[in-house]
Amino acid sequence: MDNQTIIKTSNLSRRYNGQTAVDDLNFEVKEGEIFGFLGPNGAGKTTTLLMLLGLSQPSSGSAVVCGMDPIRQSKEVKRLIGYLPENVGFYGDLNAVQSLEYVANLNGLKGEVVARKTDNLLDLVGLKQDAKKKVAAFSRGMKQRLGIAEVLIKDPKVLFLDEPTLGLDPDGALRIIDLIESLNKDQGITVVLSSHDLHQVQRISHRVGIMINGKLVAEGSIDSLAKEKFGVGEKEYSLEEIYMKYFREG
Amino acid sequence: MQGLYAIFKKELRDHFTSYRFVILFALIAMVSFISSYMAGIHMRENLEGMSGVKFPFLLLFSSTGALFSMIQFVSFFGPLIGLVLGFDSINRERAHGTLIKLVSQPIYRDAVINGKFLAGVVTISIMLISIVLVISGFGLALVGVVPGIEEIWRIIVYLILSIFYISLWLGVSILFSIFFKGIATSALASVALWIFLSFFVSLGADVLANTIVPIGNANETTPEDVIKNYRIKETTARFSPMVLYSEATATIIDPMQKTTRTSDLINLRMNPMEEMLSSRFENPLTLGQSLLVVFPHTTALIAITLICFAISYMVFMVQEIRT
Ligand SMILES: Nc1ncnc2c1ncn2[C@@H]1O[C@H](COP(=O)(O)OP(=O)(O)O)[C@@H](O)[C@H]1O
Ligand SMILES: [Mg+2]
Repeated sequence: MDNQTIIKTSNLSRRYNGQTAVDDLNFEVKEGEIFGFLGPNGAGKTTTLLMLLGLSQPSSGSAVVCGMDPIRQSKEVKRLIGYLPENVGFYGDLNAVQSLEYVANLNGLKGEVVARKTDNLLDLVGLKQDAKKKVAAFSRGMKQRLGIAEVLIKDPKVLFLDEPTLGLDPDGALRIIDLIESLNKDQGITVVLSSHDLHQVQRISHRVGIMINGKLVAEGSIDSLAKEKFGVGEKEYSLEEIYMKYFREG
Repeated sequence: MQGLYAIFKKELRDHFTSYRFVILFALIAMVSFISSYMAGIHMRENLEGMSGVKFPFLLLFSSTGALFSMIQFVSFFGPLIGLVLGFDSINRERAHGTLIKLVSQPIYRDAVINGKFLAGVVTISIMLISIVLVISGFGLALVGVVPGIEEIWRIIVYLILSIFYISLWLGVSILFSIFFKGIATSALASVALWIFLSFFVSLGADVLANTIVPIGNANETTPEDVIKNYRIKETTARFSPMVLYSEATATIIDPMQKTTRTSDLINLRMNPMEEMLSSRFENPLTLGQSLLVVFPHTTALIAITLICFAISYMVFMVQEIRT
């Protein structure tokens, strides 16, 4: 494991009463990259992310995240990783500022720092005008952006974004994708992005992994995967075509 | 610690701004208002010119002026307060997708349970203390009874016991909210347990005692049988926290009770009037003696709460949380 590697799994597996959800997973995420984590529904992406956070116990195998064991050092790992769950929920009776403040307090932030960070983050995700609005009145796109602000409040080294564009209109999805790209470029945050929005993933990801039925069937840059499957460069083949080919064969 | 305090603060705010709290508080305030008013009227009529009444102030809480006394009300409806404050504490977050957000913050998982429990305990304490203050105020205004030092101590002990008792139910309901994923299911389970312990345990104790030592036929029943029957009934009934609590508070608020069990045994031989007369002219238990008598009850109440907590931790720590 070289010092560029920030996440590495070795034969990571998770079984639910005999059913294998994640099967002998071996992959790496490098520091500073956007890693597109692809696969059909039920492939095991969420389960993998939960194991990397120490929220789910692997049935076998292990993982190293930021140099730590996510099971034994769960709290320390969660200090460094911002996790945006798929279909993240909110307390509807709080407004945007209060929601952010709560997450800030849970991360041990207090006083003036909280106010400043809350302000900056709402600005960053474009929710400044809606700061005092109850979250119950937010659109899905606004909720996702608030969710991203919430995971940023701890100044994470790594972001796990589980289908952040699910159910958004094209414009809303684009805003999220642009936001993710700028976080990666400007702040150097490593991003693991699970998404079905293959066109957008192709645009911002440095490398992708394709998971099917709990197994990682491909890992690498889109270029290298295109070469492997079609023998030519990325220019001719979109990520969608590559993905479909793996999907049909897998 | 950081997580615990943040959760505690949020939960407390939620309680105090919820309709559920307002309704509970209104209900309790109303009932205590009525019961103490009735007790006060009753006392004014009956104690006029009487001397030698010990602890008149405590009668405000223990006398059944109208239908029930304040302490009877708390022992019966107190569980409902605890259950209502906690039955959806974990599964509501799960249903709304906020639980995963909580546990993916750098906090220990037990902070979630502890923060919610503590916020509930504080809410319960504030409710009970304000009610006791309301009743005391009524006592002063209506009957003109001024509490003595010992009566004040007894009321403080009563408050602490009641907070423990209702917190026990809060602990039970938090356990249910961890165990049952559906909010309606945990509400139903809570109410079922409440009804079971309110009615069926004492009923069951009767049945059990009468099966083992039948005392139906007055001619053949020896005094030993009566006592044996009573012991079985009493021991079985104590599996219910309500019985534990009622016995304990009765001893604290009604110091004429020698132990928690004498009154019922006396009942077997005396009519209520005789009992009233005989007990009122005896010397009351001192505060220290009363505390000694209720010590096992208090310990049992705390032990039950701790068991609920231990189970809650065990279930919650290993539970996979995906939403
Ligand atoms: N609690 C559970 N019990 C049994 N099977 C589960 C449980 N959670 C997830 N699974 C199974 O694990 C597999 C992977 O699910 P998941 O990680 O959510 O996939 P993805 O996020 O890629 O859509 C699915 O087949 C799902 O049915
Ligand atoms: Mg998923």
